[in-house]
Amino acid sequence: MEFNVLEHEMVPEHHLLSEDEEKAVLKGYKIGKDQLPKIRKNDPCIKTLEHIIGDEIAEGRVIKVVRLNPIAGVSVAYRVVIRG
Amino acid sequence: MMVSRPRVGVSKRIQYIKFAHISPEEIRKMSGVKVITADTYDDDGFPIEMGLMDPHLGVIEPGLRCRTCGARVEDCPGHFGHIDLAMPVIHVGFIKDIKRLLQSTCRSCGRILLTEKQMEEEEELRFMLGSLGGDTTDFDHLMKRTAKDASVRTICPHCDAEQLKITLDKPTTFREEGHKLTPKEVRERLERIPDEDLMPMGLNHKVSRPEWMILTALPVPPVTVRPSITLESGERSEDDLTHKLVDVLRINQRLRENRDAGAPQLIVEDLWELLQYHITTYFDNQTSGIPPARHRSGRPLKTLVQRLKGKEGRFRSNLSGKRVNFSARTVISPDPVLSINEVGIPVKASRELTIPIRVTEFNIDAVKEVTSRGIAPEGPHGEYLPGVNYLIRADGRRIKITDRNAELVSEGIEIGQVIERQLVDGDIVLFNRQPSLHRMSMMAHKVRVMPHKTFRFNLCVCPPYNADFDGDEMNVHVLQSPEAIAEGRILMLVQENILSPRFGGPVIGGIHDNITGAFKLTHNNPLLNKADTSMILSKANVYDWPEPVIVDGKEMWYGKDIFSIALPDGLNLIYKSSICQQCDKCKEMNCDIDAYVKVKDGQLLAGTIDEKSVGAFKGKILDKVSRDYGADAGRIFLETSSKMALAAIMITGFSTSIDDEDIPEEAKIQILEQLRQAIEKVGGYVEAYREGTLEAMPGRSLEETLEVEAMRILGKARDGAGQIAGRYLGLENSAVIMAKSGARGSMLNLSQMAGCIGQQAVRGERISRGYHHRTLPHFHKYDLGADAKGFVTSSYKVGLNPTEYFFHSMGGREGLVDTAVRTSRSGYMQRRLINALEDLKVVNDGTVRNTANTIIQFKFGEDGIDPSRSVQGEAVDIDDTLLKVFGDKRFSNIAKELKAAGGE
Repeated sequence: MEFNVLEHEMVPEHHLLSEDEEKAVLKGYKIGKDQLPKIRKNDPCIKTLEHIIGDEIAEGRVIKVVRLNPIAGVSVAYRVVIRG
Repeated sequence: MMVSRPRVGVSKRIQYIKFAHISPEEIRKMSGVKVITADTYDDDGFPIEMGLMDPHLGVIEPGLRCRTCGARVEDCPGHFGHIDLAMPVIHVGFIKDIKRLLQSTCRSCGRILLTEKQMEEEEELRFMLGSLGGDTTDFDHLMKRTAKDASVRTICPHCDAEQLKITLDKPTTFREEGHKLTPKEVRERLERIPDEDLMPMGLNHKVSRPEWMILTALPVPPVTVRPSITLESGERSEDDLTHKLVDVLRINQRLRENRDAGAPQLIVEDLWELLQYHITTYFDNQTSGIPPARHRSGRPLKTLVQRLKGKEGRFRSNLSGKRVNFSARTVISPDPVLSINEVGIPVKASRELTIPIRVTEFNIDAVKEVTSRGIAPEGPHGEYLPGVNYLIRADGRRIKITDRNAELVSEGIEIGQVIERQLVDGDIVLFNRQPSLHRMSMMAHKVRVMPHKTFRFNLCVCPPYNADFDGDEMNVHVLQSPEAIAEGRILMLVQENILSPRFGGPVIGGIHDNITGAFKLTHNNPLLNKADTSMILSKANVYDWPEPVIVDGKEMWYGKDIFSIALPDGLNLIYKSSICQQCDKCKEMNCDIDAYVKVKDGQLLAGTIDEKSVGAFKGKILDKVSRDYGADAGRIFLETSSKMALAAIMITGFSTSIDDEDIPEEAKIQILEQLRQAIEKVGGYVEAYREGTLEAMPGRSLEETLEVEAMRILGKARDGAGQIAGRYLGLENSAVIMAKSGARGSMLNLSQMAGCIGQQAVRGERISRGYHHRTLPHFHKYDLGADAKGFVTSSYKVGLNPTEYFFHSMGGREGLVDTAVRTSRSGYMQRRLINALEDLKVVNDGTVRNTANTIIQFKFGEDGIDPSRSVQGEAVDIDDTLLKVFGDKRFSNIAKELKAAGGE
């Protein structure tokens, strides 16, 4: 890993959700995975995350993205990993 | 609703649509008839067989059956026919593709002009692009690159044939080193291209062959696509497409005859080109390079492309564009006594616009009464009363009410039927002015039926619509269903939209005289006598008089006390008004110019009410009242304050004229002197520049330095002139009152009228173009002085000299062009943005979703804040909370301390 994009200040935090957490999120919004925003498997963030976990992140897993911004404060978004 | 469900019960779904070229065989196969005669109808008015109106092409007359499918008018979709072309003709729509194909393939063997190695590389790239998820545009780019690689090769790598340069003579003639290629030759070349070479050039050989881009058969659209109309005189008038097809058929016939008779090559070629012209214009009559085909009257024909393209085309006009009933449009005019929620609708429009009312056991008597009055009932004094235009029976039949049948119909009205009642006061309608740029361009108003022929509304509602009364027209849409009416009343009513979601402030508010009037009423707290006070209060419908003061034994009233009536109880506010001069040290309550506004418990204690208080976009009181006291209070404040302001302005009257810009002789001399000095100073810099003693500013050349300096000095000179003029223009001056209070105009406008217009600029620079090394022949070459480069010393009042006038026109023209360009560009940007965002909405759980119910944002705006309920974008108004908690004494200090703390 030459450069950890997740450490860049303009890149928000990315977390891999466990299957239980996934279920809770989907239930909370009453949606299926197809209704989540998407993130490509070859996205640098996913690649870095894979590197950190030391395991491949399969398509269909859900990533939690936590953004900090001066106007909105902390905002949380979820993305589903798709073919990249 | 929000729970996503599997889509069940769908019996047919479009999986995909594929586009490909159509082959001549396909054209002939789907053709209902081969058209050979150019005539349409015979003398008896019957369509000619194998003509352009052949009955095989579909039915247009009711009662007849289609000769192709046997169905009647409603069921027969129409059928294509075809024309067999005597000679092949190029399809203009594919001209670019044909050119690319010709240039990148061999003229003798037809192979693509790439070596085996290049082919392999290309294929690898193509597959990689596919696996990486490239879309059609990506493949398009790759294809163009391949075509470029191939077309630069001069020797065919497959057969060693030398390649000649192929050029395109717009619109449809190909030349090979000057020698003309006929469409037939082109087609032969395209035929030679092997299937396996097509993929690299962007063609799928399974569905498209390149030679199909050269037409040998022309499809004839069904008659339903080009119906002929019968004029009142009984004459038939054919559609433009039919006319064009007649031309094609005629020339095609002549070409065939000449060719078969062995006519000279020249004649055949001429006819061939003519056929090409007709077929080209049949597709697109605005092809550049050829004259458009015209109707007998001289009007250009509307052919296939013209039917689809542009604003009046099928897509924008018929598919995206919708037309509605229950709407009206007329000129608008102002009415300051209407509520901001109201709109005046002319009687004539009110009689046409209706609202459906369902008859129930509760309203049946009233409905019968209204219906029995006929279609244009009037009260005992000739006043408007609503009538009924239609009765809709339970079976859906509509019965038109007339004055003759009104009584009869009304007796027969039963529960469950619906009547269409004319507008009455209080009905909810939508009022709209184009361009509808934001949601406040369409708001709900309550109807007021009024005499005369214009729509009328309160002036405070001009800003959101961006309306004025120089001839503007607006639209009204009458809401029909109870749900729509409820939504309109609760969400779209004007008072609910005082606060804009754009910046969290008021978009509705006082303009022009409203502001001037408020200023006159409150500035320096004038004393008013009983007569004036009572006029103001009566105009505002106020019956509780403020406390009087006794002056010389007479009861008098303070302007600020009168204005305070409009303020709700308990209102506390502190801010600086528009006339504030931004002193270094604010004297607060002791402000010399009465600019420090303090409202305590609904009493205006100090300060002038002007644009910052009641104006649209800026009004602080308006903002605060509508936010804290609700939309109703906001409306009441706006209505009372604006009516009082208008009454106040009427006490003395208010007008301005050119002598408001009169300044004394001494001021004129001062201004001239200052301008003279500035011009001299510029002259000095020019001199220094000539002699080479001018020192360049960092990062700038000598010329740039000179320009910057000149602009700076002359800019300062203009401001200086303005200041001198301003010194003699005090607040007793109407024009100054308007400028300072923010009602209309600016001090810059005034100083340009009284003092000096200043430097004219084109593209942000002093005027520098025109003649050889000079701007006008009136100056010496290389003159860089102030007046030779567009500095206007005169004022608008004095008038400009000829050279100044010219420079001023140049600057003015740039301004005009800028606005024109800006509006068109931002309009297009807006269009694209709206098309992208139109189906997004915030759902109940606070997420933003599209129509596919997928989540776009997990929380609206990522913070879930409604900007129209926010305080200038913030969720909480911290300053206001502090003011409430600590009182105004400590307020400013605490705010400062907090800010400092937040900074760390």
